[in-house]
Amino acid sequence: MNLVNTNRTTDSRQRERLQRNVKSIVTHLILILASVIMLIPFVWMISTSFKPASEILTWPPKLIPINPTWANYFKVFTTTLIVRYFFNSLIIAVVSTLFVLATSLVAGYIFAKFRFPGRNLLFLLIVATAIVPFEAYMVPFYLQMIALKWINTYQGIIAPYVIMSFGIFLMRQHISSAIPDEFIDAARIDGASEWSIFRLIIVPMSTSAMGALGTFAFIQAWGAFIWPLLIASSDKIFNMELGLAAFQFKFSVDYGPLMAGSVLNIIPIIIAFIFLRRQIIENIALSGLKG
Amino acid sequence: MSVSKTRDMSGNVVGSRRLLNRLVKFLGKNPQRRAKYLFCYVMLTPVMLLFGYIRVYPIVRTFILSFYKYDMMSKIHPFIGLLNYQALLHDSDFIQAIQNTTIYAFATVILSIILSLPLAIVLAGKIRFSPLYQTIFFLPFITPMVAMAVAWKWIYDPTYGILNYFLSIFHISAVGWLVYPATALWAIIAMSVWKVIGYNMVLFLVGIKNIPATYYEAATLDGANGLNLFRHITFPLLRPMTLFVLVTSMINAYNVFTQIYVMTLGSQSAPGSAVRVLVFEIYNNAFSFFKMGYASAEAVVLTMIVLVLTILQFRYFRTGEE
Repeated sequence: MNLVNTNRTTDSRQRERLQRNVKSIVTHLILILASVIMLIPFVWMISTSFKPASEILTWPPKLIPINPTWANYFKVFTTTLIVRYFFNSLIIAVVSTLFVLATSLVAGYIFAKFRFPGRNLLFLLIVATAIVPFEAYMVPFYLQMIALKWINTYQGIIAPYVIMSFGIFLMRQHISSAIPDEFIDAARIDGASEWSIFRLIIVPMSTSAMGALGTFAFIQAWGAFIWPLLIASSDKIFNMELGLAAFQFKFSVDYGPLMAGSVLNIIPIIIAFIFLRRQIIENIALSGLKG
Repeated sequence: MSVSKTRDMSGNVVGSRRLLNRLVKFLGKNPQRRAKYLFCYVMLTPVMLLFGYIRVYPIVRTFILSFYKYDMMSKIHPFIGLLNYQALLHDSDFIQAIQNTTIYAFATVILSIILSLPLAIVLAGKIRFSPLYQTIFFLPFITPMVAMAVAWKWIYDPTYGILNYFLSIFHISAVGWLVYPATALWAIIAMSVWKVIGYNMVLFLVGIKNIPATYYEAATLDGANGLNLFRHITFPLLRPMTLFVLVTSMINAYNVFTQIYVMTLGSQSAPGSAVRVLVFEIYNNAFSFFKMGYASAEAVVLTMIVLVLTILQFRYFRTGEE
């Protein structure tokens, strides 16, 4: 009786292990297939960008260029202001990120740690407006920019991205849960000024949340498209996104330079992603989690 | 317009005077308390003014503008009541835009959740190379939209695109994916799902990792298998995260514009082939035809749709939780 039982268990254990191996191989095969599908657009884009015009329009298409060339990249650099677009994107994203961090931190701290009349109402207003998409109020915002004479200026492009309702919300959540009241009160009793409490306690204790918010704000501002499209008329202040959309009309079906432009467009972000992969994914996850 | 502006300003003045009176009473004589609240108001005021100018004022003005015939080029902007909204009901372009945007939003959100949730479940387990897979799936989300839309346009190219090449292996004849609005909509949905899968996956991963392992251990001891674990533990405990993913992706999906602009408005596509979506309609009416009042009415409808969907999602997903 006993013997039969143990025999059966070793047998089933072996079967289980085999099953597990098969399952793991199948899982990996599916994941690899999915990864290939996810990567095809990148691979195809890079491959095309190195092909001479004659190879681009061949049938069947070849994955690896026979005579790889830099001509397409050369054409992009000589016929467009791509370097300028890059710096424009950088300026827009950095300024916007700094503004979002500053405004979110200040407002988040005050909503988390101060009681004053109208606090809940103001905070409700911030949460409620977070749902309204920018695209829904860009028309009156454009009229406001006309009144300020900010059409076709850097200020005008950055204006809608200096404050983020979600950022205020995120920082409030973080500060109210991660920084105990006793900490702040103790500093007050020791005679610390309100400003130094903010600078020496709140700021250093919020770096992780600020990293998350900063990543989010940077990606959002870097990818801005519809608003720059409306407000920027001179290509001197185009960002990368707008510049590339403009190439599209310039080169129309000339896919070589177009793909070279696209590769150059994504390179800065890919490089940043390779170096900061873990932080970026964690930060994105954190900002989602807290929301 | 000027009427509403002055009313708005006088309202502010009355409000701030009342606030000031309350403030003086509130601050009292204690110097430390005074310093504390001085800091609070001095710091918060500029942020809230900025917030008012950038968010509240344009949102309120969108609603106001929707009752006016507002042409940016003309000096007079007459009040026309609900005429803009009445005209919307008979505007076939607008109705088509609502249909297209709704198909796009529901298809993108549902497909991306259906695909990203199993991925997250698999990658949350003890699987080799999990970080590598995560990176690959996350890559499209982090890359800028215009570049990827251009790349996909090339993939969908009717004569030299690799999608048609791939299909030709199975003897399927070439399709002009982006040429016809019907296929273009689904081609763009596919591209957008590809773009957003990694983001949803990362959020679901966080949600799954926050579920205490003891729940699974207890359930496994009770003889629950994989599917049971998913139905009775993973899925219910992922509810808050699913709600978050649903709400944010639905709002984003209703605002789709960039990829549509890049993929269907190029020189290649025929003039009638643009996939009409709500933001495109707003953009077109406001900045090509200068019908800003009319565009604002469309924007109000967009806001209402997003608002109602968000409320419905909260209603549905909050039940049974807490």
